[in-house]
Amino acid sequence: MKKQKLTGAEIIWECLIKEGVDVVFGYPGGAILPTYDALNNYREKIHHVLVRHEQGATHMADGYARVSGNVGVAMATSGPGATNMITGLATAMMDSSPIVCITGQVPTAVIGSDAFQEVDITGVAIPVTKHCYLVMDVEELADTIREAFYVARSGRPGPVLVDIPKDIQNAETEFIYSEKEINLPGYQPTVDIQDDDIKEFAKMVNEAKKPVILAGHGILLSEASKETLELAEKASIPIATTLLGIGGVPDSHPLVLGMMGMHGETWVNNAIQNADLLIACGMRFDDRVTGNLKTYSPNSKKIHIDIDPSEINKNIKVDLAIQGDLGNVLRHVNPFINSAKKTEWFNIISGWNKESQQRDVLNIKTDALLGAQAIRKIWEGTKGNALIITDVGQHQMLEAQYYEHDDPRTLLTSGGLGTMGFSLPAAIGASFYEKDRDIWVIVGDGSFQMMLMELATAVQEGVNINIAIINNGYLGMVRQWQQMFYDARYAETPISSPDFLKLAEAYGINGYRVKSLDEIIPAMNKANKITGPTLIEFIVEEHDMVYPMVPAGANLNDMIQRPLFNENGQYKKKEKVL
Amino acid sequence: MKQTLITLVEDKPGVLNRISSLFRRRNFNIESLVVGKSETPGVSRMTIVANEPEARKRGNIYFNLLKLVNVIAVKDVSKLPCVSREFILIKINIDPNQLNEVNTVVKQHSARIVDMGAETVIVEAADEELVINNLVSDLQPFDITEIVRTGKIAMRLGKTLKVNFEKINEKEGEIRWKPEQVSSYQY
Ligand SMILES: Cc1cc2nc3c(=O)[nH]c(=O)nc-3n(C[C@H](O)[C@H](O)[C@H](O)COP(=O)(O)OP(=O)(O)OC[C@H]3O[C@@H](n4cnc5c(N)ncnc54)[C@H](O)[C@@H]3O)c2cc1C
Ligand SMILES: Cc1ncc(C[n+]2csc(CCOP(=O)(O)OP(=O)(O)O)c2C)c(N)n1
Ligand SMILES: [Mg+2]
Repeated sequence: MKKQKLTGAEIIWECLIKEGVDVVFGYPGGAILPTYDALNNYREKIHHVLVRHEQGATHMADGYARVSGNVGVAMATSGPGATNMITGLATAMMDSSPIVCITGQVPTAVIGSDAFQEVDITGVAIPVTKHCYLVMDVEELADTIREAFYVARSGRPGPVLVDIPKDIQNAETEFIYSEKEINLPGYQPTVDIQDDDIKEFAKMVNEAKKPVILAGHGILLSEASKETLELAEKASIPIATTLLGIGGVPDSHPLVLGMMGMHGETWVNNAIQNADLLIACGMRFDDRVTGNLKTYSPNSKKIHIDIDPSEINKNIKVDLAIQGDLGNVLRHVNPFINSAKKTEWFNIISGWNKESQQRDVLNIKTDALLGAQAIRKIWEGTKGNALIITDVGQHQMLEAQYYEHDDPRTLLTSGGLGTMGFSLPAAIGASFYEKDRDIWVIVGDGSFQMMLMELATAVQEGVNINIAIINNGYLGMVRQWQQMFYDARYAETPISSPDFLKLAEAYGINGYRVKSLDEIIPAMNKANKITGPTLIEFIVEEHDMVYPMVPAGANLNDMIQRPLFNENGQYKKKEKVL
Repeated sequence: MKQTLITLVEDKPGVLNRISSLFRRRNFNIESLVVGKSETPGVSRMTIVANEPEARKRGNIYFNLLKLVNVIAVKDVSKLPCVSREFILIKINIDPNQLNEVNTVVKQHSARIVDMGAETVIVEAADEELVINNLVSDLQPFDITEIVRTGKIAMRLGKTLKVNFEKINEKEGEIRWKPEQVSSYQY
């Protein structure tokens, strides 16, 4: 008997189901109409979330991917629908997040003719995707989608775009979803580990007196938390994390120092600068991490473990390069690591720590609410147990400094691209996977306004997220740079906002406003009782700064510190206030 | 330093675009790129010449190329024994009495005259870059009106086992196409 034929559109949904997809974030339009029409036959297996902007769809897929480790899926029509996805693709690309974007395209017969809503999206997307496909034959559709998922999730994960012309969606063929191993001759996501490298690795660790582990996003992507801690505990190695490595190791663990880099605490950066061995675990020496490359950790030997060989020796020349999956490499090396105590090294580090504690913003007395204090309260109010999604700016850095994460994949943030507008949609996406934790969006007044249309999506879907708007009346991070490096000439950084409570009301959700520390926990408790989205506006000090700060390109140890304050918790007279 | 990379790529639409996009995006200096069919259907062989002074960046070019899904294999042959060729056509306006002089230069460089018109000759040569450069400079005294020149193509000396593209790195003897490891990469 001949097998029943399916349309390309049906094949798309069948493939998604085979890949285990149960939610798709998308927005319809002319060139993807056949696929949306076919969706009606797959409602039982796939939930479609109607977004309000295709960029939102990509961030939702991204948020879903970051929290779950599975591939997130976004869908859009050709032309403007597809180009709206570019920012989301670039965001996912920078942070190695596995998403698959499916776009409709004009029919094959008119490709290249400037047809209505035609954009060469595969051409546009090349630099911002791990790989992209234009499907010109329905016979290749199923294999292409299968390959797209494989490429997105394997090796160093990343976004993949599949562009499917309308006539291919309408064409019919037999649906065969191959079970065979994918054979892409040019794509080798993993390599074998070399015994010599492992021996050298262990030797360098065993000889080191002042080592530091640099824990990056690779720990999460490789699910290597246990292995990393084992290495650290065995040889007594302090761990510094990157922004994206936060949560990979528990912040409350005594060996975990905190975040390194531009807004890393002094003791963390000092430890790196004074180390005799750096063990870079799945991190890519971003310029926000290294500062001036010429003076970066000048006296240390460096080991770099990365699954992507093109990241090794890119910014920092290393002494031992190990290509491979982090967990796998550490499982090989850990048995060769000797137990050791490094009391002297830890004494030095805690000396730096004590000095910086005196400047801790939590100890400042002021009538205004400070952003850092607000975030610390959110940490308290959620018992450090929430899934936090931040946007980009001062509030993002304050979150990294003052919300301690003990579990992997509990902080989602746009690191490499720093995409304002990321948080709300990413949280919506993540909420389709994360059912056990409270979900909190921590977002600036500027960033919130960049994607606030997705509030309607949150309401329509009834997702359980709480939105904490840290309102300082400014594009605060840019204002900070203007204050520090442009003589406080605030060019276009004061920003007005709508009345967020009225906005909440307009969207039919509960909104609260807090202006002081004491109001925070009660407001959070109210928000927590409500199912569906809620919004809390935090009115915080306008001119606060994120300290410490390493100015772009400066030496990592040349941090601008928060001014000291006196015993009453106020800044000393001579120091510049806030 | 010049870096010569022999690259096997899938013969699919957009592959050239991906490679040129990579070089542009990463700000790698590309000197020439020649692409054509290889011995295997569906596979093109490229010779890419890059020019990056820093060794670290040269390694980075290699690993970035390798990372492209459509790139099957890359070999950095900069320091390996190779035959390398560039091809050139040169059109010269000529007086009949200059023909002998042109011929002498052409012979000196093992080039050929492939067309002799009433007022023009076309000279062709396929040789190493240096020879081609010398040919061009020795022909400068004449009235050159057109030059067309390809980038370099290169082939390693010695026995090559045919690459099996189905499973490129599995068979013994075919390790020459196995990707380099960062630790052992010779810049
Ligand atoms: C306003 C702002 C300020 C910032 N300030 C800071 C700051 O102070 N400090 C800071 O750290 N960051 C900061 N960032 C973030 C910074 O820009 C980078 O995004 C971040 O440092 C990257 O971290 P990463 O290298 O760990 O992650 P990624 O960029 O995601 O890199 C991950 C690395 O791990 C590798 N990898 C992936 N999977 C595996 C695996 N299975 N095994 C081994 N390796 C693997 C990848 O190949 C890659 O090299 C800031 C961002 C913004 C927007
Ligand atoms: C899409 C986009 N545009 C511009 C920027 C530059 N930028 C970085 S932080 C920032 C200010 C963010 O303001 P807000 O969301 O209010 O956060 P705050 O710094 O005040 O906490 C801007 C404009 C960016 N990162 N992303
Ligand atoms: Mg702000």
